[in-house]
Amino acid sequence: MATVELTRHLYQFFPQLEGKELVVEATTIAEVVREMERIAPGFAFYVCDERGRLRRHVNIFVDELSVGDRAKLSDPVQPGSRVFILQALSGG
Amino acid sequence: MSDRILVGTRKGTFFVEKLGGRWTVRLAGHLGQGVNFVARDPSTKTLWAALGHGHWGAKLSRSTDDGATWSDATQIKYPEGAKYLAPPDPTEDSVAPGEATLRDATLLKLWCIGFGAPGQVHVGTIPGGLFTSNDGGDSFELNRALWNHESRGGDHFTGIGATKVTHWFGTPAAESEFAPGIHSIVVDPRNPQRILVAISTAGVLETTDGGATWRGRNKGMLNDYLPDPAAEWGHDAHLIAQCPAQPDHFWQQNHSGVFYSADNAATWKRVSKPDQGIHFGFPVCADTRVGTTAWLVPGKADSQRTAIDGALFVARTEDGGETWQQLREGLPQQNAYDVVLRHAFHNSDDALAFGSSTGNLYVSDNRGDSWRSVANNLPPIYSVRFA
Repeated sequence: MATVELTRHLYQFFPQLEGKELVVEATTIAEVVREMERIAPGFAFYVCDERGRLRRHVNIFVDELSVGDRAKLSDPVQPGSRVFILQALSGG
Repeated sequence: MSDRILVGTRKGTFFVEKLGGRWTVRLAGHLGQGVNFVARDPSTKTLWAALGHGHWGAKLSRSTDDGATWSDATQIKYPEGAKYLAPPDPTEDSVAPGEATLRDATLLKLWCIGFGAPGQVHVGTIPGGLFTSNDGGDSFELNRALWNHESRGGDHFTGIGATKVTHWFGTPAAESEFAPGIHSIVVDPRNPQRILVAISTAGVLETTDGGATWRGRNKGMLNDYLPDPAAEWGHDAHLIAQCPAQPDHFWQQNHSGVFYSADNAATWKRVSKPDQGIHFGFPVCADTRVGTTAWLVPGKADSQRTAIDGALFVARTEDGGETWQQLREGLPQQNAYDVVLRHAFHNSDDALAFGSSTGNLYVSDNRGDSWRSVANNLPPIYSVRFA
């Protein structure tokens, strides 16, 4: 079981998630996204493109580390991991 | 309907409504989000907005209660196997020069929306896909005949007979990778099976069988940036418009000037008057009644995309581009450097409205003879539609 934490930006599109503790059964980031899509239909296309790749300006961290596999999201998730889904900051 | 204008901006959707004889602006949704295009389906009355979220990608939004609430529609996605040829990137010194590469297509931008037969919604996208819904927008499908057109290298879904040569170039409007985009969708009022699309940068294509087959409609077009100015492909149409009441008449504002067709887009004729400032720009409005009448908002040049000499004017022709009038009454004539993007100028009978990338919105109720400033502090304006 991993805990998912979202940037506040995503709550404007998925207000039903606000204030919810998001705990998902997942062993990879791809499974985390799949579970989030199940909880909030449409979520996956906000975070990934239609080929399943992480969008350029989105970051996912597992605990302190950003995911390495942005194409297939194969990075492992451990029981008790905290997964952060954030917008990438590119300066500005 | 001439009493309401739907305005898409870089930071939200606005309605401009004529209330008690005054045009009044109000926020109508999508605050903080990029809205490339907003339009109303005349048959279903649904409002559609093409959003560009930046971080979160392009999303289609719709309202079935005339703008009171909006929600995500079925999202447009490129199907598995959709690929397009991309020009080679600059190479490192030690690497052999590249050739066009096949790139997986993903949705980069929803750019324009058009409506055909009742329940039919067309969406033009970057990287160059036309998506059509025949169920009022509940589902969309990529038009494969256009996607696989020979001008683009053929069928890269299967690879059968495909080439590595594309005549479709890109547009900076893609905002990410350099890819072509469909910005104009014109459904013939006589026959919804006939659709013309215009692509930056390729030119105009036409179907007369509801999208099953397509052919180029670029005869007479001239460009100023290719070795062969009369090449069949590679034309940078900025917008095309058709006169609804006299539908053999088409107008095109192009990177290389203003073009007019009086023969149903079979041939085009350049009608620019550069010495009068009638040449470069993005939008064009065709009159709803008279085919020889059209309006432009010219810019200085491709190298200087601003109003000309700090003074904003709308150009009108009533004789098929033989002569042009400069309509300046009510428009700023000092220190105005507005640029009007391609979808930000529209007309409905005698009313016209345009918005600029500097957030100014102007309306005329008398065919452009005089103008009123309606808003000056809107976000950069992408789209203006009477509806």
